[in-house]
Amino acid sequence: MLDFLKTLDRRWIFLLMGLSVLLPIIFTKTFPEEPTVLAQNVFDEIENLPRGSNVLLAYDYDPASEGELSPMSTSFAYHCAAKGHKLYFMSLWPVGPQMVDDTVEDVIKPKFPDMVYGVDYVNLGYKSGYEGVIKVIITDFRALYTTDAKGTAWDAIPMCRDINSVQDMDLIVNVSAGYAGTKEWVLYAVTPYPDNVKLVAGCTGVQAPLLYPYIPQQLKGLLGAIKGAAEYERLVIDAYGDDLAALNADGTPIVNADGTPKIDGLYTEGQRRMGPQLVAHLLMIALIVVGNIVYVLDRKRGGRR
Amino acid sequence: MNRATLIWTLLFILGGAGLVLNTATRGAGKAYVKQVPVEFVNVSDDPDEPRWVEVTSEAALDYDLAQYPAADRIGWNTYEGAEPRDYAEAMRKNPNQTEYRFSWSRTIGVWVAALFTLFIFSFLYKDNPLYKIAEASVVGVSAAYWMVVAFHDVLVPNLMGKLAPGWVKQWAIPGLENEANYWYIVPLILSALLLWRLAPKGAWIARWPLAFVIGTTAGIRLLGFIHGDFLSQIRNTIVSLYVVTDGAFDWWASGRNLILLVGVISALVYFFFSFEHKGLVGKTARLGIWFLMITFGAAFGYTVMGRIALLAIRLEFLVDDWLWLIDPLGRRAADTAAMIMPLLM
Repeated sequence: MLDFLKTLDRRWIFLLMGLSVLLPIIFTKTFPEEPTVLAQNVFDEIENLPRGSNVLLAYDYDPASEGELSPMSTSFAYHCAAKGHKLYFMSLWPVGPQMVDDTVEDVIKPKFPDMVYGVDYVNLGYKSGYEGVIKVIITDFRALYTTDAKGTAWDAIPMCRDINSVQDMDLIVNVSAGYAGTKEWVLYAVTPYPDNVKLVAGCTGVQAPLLYPYIPQQLKGLLGAIKGAAEYERLVIDAYGDDLAALNADGTPIVNADGTPKIDGLYTEGQRRMGPQLVAHLLMIALIVVGNIVYVLDRKRGGRR
Repeated sequence: MNRATLIWTLLFILGGAGLVLNTATRGAGKAYVKQVPVEFVNVSDDPDEPRWVEVTSEAALDYDLAQYPAADRIGWNTYEGAEPRDYAEAMRKNPNQTEYRFSWSRTIGVWVAALFTLFIFSFLYKDNPLYKIAEASVVGVSAAYWMVVAFHDVLVPNLMGKLAPGWVKQWAIPGLENEANYWYIVPLILSALLLWRLAPKGAWIARWPLAFVIGTTAGIRLLGFIHGDFLSQIRNTIVSLYVVTDGAFDWWASGRNLILLVGVISALVYFFFSFEHKGLVGKTARLGIWFLMITFGAAFGYTVMGRIALLAIRLEFLVDDWLWLIDPLGRRAADTAAMIMPLLM
């Protein structure tokens, strides 16, 4: 048995890992989420803003990180729109505007058909320059953004006319996959203007440990990876669940066996992906334990040290 | 034929037959679109300066669009992605409807994305030509995409739009209203100098704009890090070790602050090499190593979670969008999900 485990082809491990992720997806297993303080802080920052506040949604990611970050983007957009805030979408990543378009198509148009482009939400598009963009727009939006993503002049967009800089935003919500992202927003927007700029963020797992030192002074709240997204989804569903029901073809809400409304799958993406996380993590822990046992037994038998 | 080849051949034949059957009987992997008409009306009286207003826009409310003749109207159709459920419902109501339709281009997109995902996964078994095709395609498409983005999103608005806004307004950015700013000749010249390195002689000229780029970037980052990381982090570490909440000593908050302080100091001591790591300094440095190890462990855990999430979305794409084995978003008609789901559940 020991020799079998020592010489086990790594492709069996790959297959096991694939199955551990695939099976929970197929059986659509979800688990209860208990929101942490960080997710609660993010939720409260958006929830406590007065209706009609200006919220800058900076979607700094691309399809490579969509699996981790799109559940956050969906929930952020829904929460802000449900609160009646004005949404200013922008991106420091070239493919970011497409992520914004996806969110608008999936969330804004079906759930908030009364929201008008240019009045209630606007897509400012992508600007090159990484942190240079933040350094400019923190004092002067018009210096870089002469038009929105569609080419409409800044002053021809009703909701942009009175906006001069990022400091006119009541909150920045950043979804970040790396450089440029949350760290740059902290360094070049929040730190120089701590009294005028507030930031909450959702980020990939790789970034999360590097951003914890900024909490809570420079970063009010943080959603770390898919776990953070699932917790935030839970908070949004608890607050707005009645409006998030999945609908039948005739427009009536689908009801669960216990009589509660069945939540639209779009708003439970993060929670659904926690099922594969649980099984895959259990497998990893088991593999680490087995690997160490094999190592120790091998040493006892006088194997290679 | 050896045993491995035989097994793989059988797997491919069975998989292919399954795909054909799945697509033929359930329509799996098909994509649909909805036809959306777009119409603009010219509301200007001046034939030299037309003003086109979209009939469904906010601006259209300011005009009585019914009074404008057909000559002042232009229209076309755009196509938005539609759910198979909506297509099935529309066909059930009216088999001759044209609003919802099958989309060849989007269907091919789904299949290419699915097959390329499998090609990339195939590297886990061993390197092979299919993986190479997918890898080369990613590199080629990315390079082309970056070139197009760099031209349309960087050069056009940031350089051409500043130097010749009227010209750019005509063909690229209709809403551009700013005046020409001839200071942008400076970056134009610097760009030309940067390209000089491709010339057979005088490549050293490219060092001047490069020095400018390095100098400004270093300056911006230096300030950002000193202010945002160095000074702010020192300030964030100055915390009370005796926290009182609601008139009582808060054990939890005080303990948290103590751990924060001890962690920062011990980790800093580990990186302090002016003294030999012996005695108190050595013990503190060893404690610092423990804090660093815990940090690395947390970072590793987060990274694993991120990678599993990325794997999950690719597999979800395969079994949802491509194979139609699951339908978490309720996008398909009930009869298409009913054939295989009961077997799985």
